[in-house]
Amino acid sequence: MKTILCIAAFGTVLLAGPALAQDDTLFADMGGQPGIDRIVEASVDNYLADPRIKAIFDESNMERLRAEFKVQFCQVAGGPCAYKGHDMTAAHKGLHLTNADFNAVVEDLQAAMDKCGVAFATQNRFLARLAPMQHQVVSR
Amino acid sequence: MRPGLLIPTLVAGAMIAAPALADSDAPGTLARGLQMFDEGKLLATGGVSEVEGTGGGGIANWALISGYGTRDGLGVNAHYTYVGLPDYQLNTIGAAVGLFDRLELSYAWQAFDTEQVGAALGLGEGYTFHQNIFGAKLKLIGDAVYDQDSWLPQIAIGLQHKENDRGAVIAFVGGQASVGTDYYLSATKLFLAQSLLVDVTLRETKANQLGILGFGGDKHGDYSSQFEGSVAYLFAKDFAVGGEFRTKPSNLSIAKEQDAWDVFAAYFFNKNLSLTAAYADLGNIVIRNHQSGVYVSLQAGL
Repeated sequence: MKTILCIAAFGTVLLAGPALAQDDTLFADMGGQPGIDRIVEASVDNYLADPRIKAIFDESNMERLRAEFKVQFCQVAGGPCAYKGHDMTAAHKGLHLTNADFNAVVEDLQAAMDKCGVAFATQNRFLARLAPMQHQVVSR
Repeated sequence: MRPGLLIPTLVAGAMIAAPALADSDAPGTLARGLQMFDEGKLLATGGVSEVEGTGGGGIANWALISGYGTRDGLGVNAHYTYVGLPDYQLNTIGAAVGLFDRLELSYAWQAFDTEQVGAALGLGEGYTFHQNIFGAKLKLIGDAVYDQDSWLPQIAIGLQHKENDRGAVIAFVGGQASVGTDYYLSATKLFLAQSLLVDVTLRETKANQLGILGFGGDKHGDYSSQFEGSVAYLFAKDFAVGGEFRTKPSNLSIAKEQDAWDVFAAYFFNKNLSLTAAYADLGNIVIRNHQSGVYVSLQAGL
């Protein structure tokens, strides 16, 4: 009986989590568009300096990519932007990205957000919205 | 089995196996230099080493696969755990290998020192129970980290096969066997937006005091369903604080067994080293009540 009660109690926490995820202040908490622009610049700088993943961007137009990231991050954060670039599957097609690649990008983005003074809890709210993109980005 | 030999053997075995397995990988990734021990998981997402050697928290198994290998690689680690109680002391060393973020194999060697209680029971001061624990865990579905758009947790099944070396004493106190196997089903989810990790585990077990007093008893001999769970809040990438709860059967009529809980803090220096410290309450153990004290665990690996 106690076992069932415990599972019910912890299970409720386990299932209730996503329902609590409503969040409208993220864009502001990340410093609005100026904050997001700084995060994108710092994170792209990190990607290009990271020996684990810099080769991924060999064929990329980095100016265009920085601009697209700024719009996309704005939209993901709930800001007043509409990302009109490639969908995530098409954008990463043929790159054969791994989970290790995806996570390296996450680590570089975390470092960039640290540098830009974004609070850890705020970083996680943002990363929670990016995390499911793993399903489209990682192709093997 | 001597743990001093087994752990290096496990680790060396994984390292020898790694290059052979690497050949099967797709050329696209190999071109960028895929490493077998890729340390590609995010910090802390392999958990720490649970007291029985499985990837998890302190006293609860988790569905996460131990180590920092992604689905394209391996992770390996060794750990040492000390639990200091008012009347007893538990020392554990062990190792775990995570294969392709899918299968985890673990080994732990536990030494439970009865200190003065051993003398009081006529066993001799410092009489020590030893236990080998062989673990295996298979991730079934879900990803605790990536599936932030889904309610589905990461779910794994596993077992812990335990061999205790004090069969005669176990029989004397009413235990039915010195060897037993626990089976468990774990669900673990990271609620990233809330910086919260939650685990729920159901364990089928006959173990008395984790198996230190054997398996099955005069009061109850069969498997029973027990619960263990963890909740951890991430204060930073490298620092988590949480609590755990674990129910245990009470199979022996001479020694009432109670539920265990702990509060813990885990610090991840990097992907190669973590330190977990806890205050743990294991309840009554044989003739001594209120066995609560310090839990310290160090894990090193890749």
